[in-house]
Amino acid sequence: MSLGPAEVKNIAHLARLDIDESLIPDYAKNLSDILAFVEQMNAHATEGVEPMAHPLDMSQRLRPDEVTERDQRELFQRIAPATEAGLYLVPKVIE
Amino acid sequence: MEWETVIGLEIHVQLATKSKIFSGSSTAYGAAPNTQASAIDLGMPGVLPVLNEDAVRMAVKFGLAIGAKIAPRSVFARKNYFYPDLPKGYQISQYELPVVEHGVLDIDLEDGSTKRIGVTRAHLEEDAGKSLHEDFEGMTGIDLNRAGTPLLEIVSEPDLRSAKEAVAYMKKMHSLVRYLEISDGNMQEGSFRCDANVSVRPKGQKEFGTRAEIKNLNSFRFVERAINYEVERQIDLLESGGTVVQETRLYDAQKNETRSMRTKEEANDYRYFPDPDLLPLDIEPAFIDAVRETLPELPDEKRDRFMKEYELPAYDAGVLTASRELAAFYEHVVQESGRQGKLSANWVMGDLLGALNKAGLDITESPVTPQMLGGMLKRIQDNTISGKIAKDVFEAMWNGEGEADEIIEKRGLKQVTDTGAIEAMIDEVIAANPQQVEQYKAGKDKLMGFFVGQVMKASKGKANPAQVNELLKQKLG
Repeated sequence: MSLGPAEVKNIAHLARLDIDESLIPDYAKNLSDILAFVEQMNAHATEGVEPMAHPLDMSQRLRPDEVTERDQRELFQRIAPATEAGLYLVPKVIE
Repeated sequence: MEWETVIGLEIHVQLATKSKIFSGSSTAYGAAPNTQASAIDLGMPGVLPVLNEDAVRMAVKFGLAIGAKIAPRSVFARKNYFYPDLPKGYQISQYELPVVEHGVLDIDLEDGSTKRIGVTRAHLEEDAGKSLHEDFEGMTGIDLNRAGTPLLEIVSEPDLRSAKEAVAYMKKMHSLVRYLEISDGNMQEGSFRCDANVSVRPKGQKEFGTRAEIKNLNSFRFVERAINYEVERQIDLLESGGTVVQETRLYDAQKNETRSMRTKEEANDYRYFPDPDLLPLDIEPAFIDAVRETLPELPDEKRDRFMKEYELPAYDAGVLTASRELAAFYEHVVQESGRQGKLSANWVMGDLLGALNKAGLDITESPVTPQMLGGMLKRIQDNTISGKIAKDVFEAMWNGEGEADEIIEKRGLKQVTDTGAIEAMIDEVIAANPQQVEQYKAGKDKLMGFFVGQVMKASKGKANPAQVNELLKQKLG
């Protein structure tokens, strides 16, 4: 499977990456090479093999339902570009 | 042409855990902004989510209550999209392998029949934060206290055929999660909200029509109105030769209309993939068995029992079992009243719920306790007071004047059952109304009501009406 310029642009948009138009052919080739690498898997018979959701064959540990975190708002908001009344401020977004 | 409506609902239920689904932050409602948002909730680099055991327990409890299959292994996935109230750039959810699959919920229809609605799946996920658009010039304020709050998303089959059925399903689900104590179900606070997938098709056609998804309906009334509006819109569109496009729509409660939010082409491409930060969730049979032990009597079981045990009609039993608290209150009244099922039902459903409704109070806040109400019903049963006088006693209890016996005593409301005393009153009434007596004797039977009324009035409502009737008949011959 190989990717064309339109697909590269769509992927860049989904990842909110601003890419240089002139580099699109390079991205297309690199991404296609990655897909080709994974494609080799198709040469193997995987019928009846249960797909793994995680490379580690272990199960999720659970934690008791307890409040263990304290308020660290001041610390976290020190690195925020803009805050007001305890809120993080971002450029206006309305869907 | 005759059209058929097809509806499927996705209900988001906020689970009643103390801490978040993947962090130890509190989930308490109403805290100052961002004071319950930890490094994990904020998506800081280097943090790892750890799953809350109680969130899993609640999901399993729900699955068992709807007779669903509990997945022995389920997987958390990342749902990727960009929005400022989603700090990580993805929501942790479940996609291909949800924790609960293939359940059912029976709903009651208006004609008294029941209908079985399929529940496709229910999966665990985290909630996003809150955006506040109003108060900041050109900016949006973000509160991440809600980010990471555990949600159970319950997806129905497209089995619902009208807005009314959709509301019945939603109400039943609401009652169920509250019975199970897995959610407070508070709709104002967003603990229970729903999206509706709505389509129409010509009656008899097998294939579904193109559907629109209406987002974020947070009241039963809005669900009904939004679906009705949407069905009208789609039918009008099709009948005028147009086509329905697959899209997401928003319901505007003020204008009572739905409007397009985004079409299929603009739809988010979520690029789901298993979250590498979380291992698969294995649920052992022993865990499921332990949860099963904690299942309460469910609404349907309780209703059936009420019908049998207290000899209630289906309607009464349905109303009284709508919430666990109301059902418990009723059973307590029955006990206190000397096991008078129907009389207790009448008073709880009538005077009590009416008064609570008027005062805007919940059953748990009732100033009249089950002991007080049951105590009063006992006095009706043993003929100390009539049903009519009981209304006054109830009002006095409601106003904090004490228990029924106290009020009856203090106000001298005890019913007169002394035959001699009633006869004396009857004689007075007969003597004072010779004309009516003559008419009655001439065959105007209707006047019996008048005489009873006069005697009751003379006794200030305290005479036993059955006795008055009987004695009057004797006297008037």
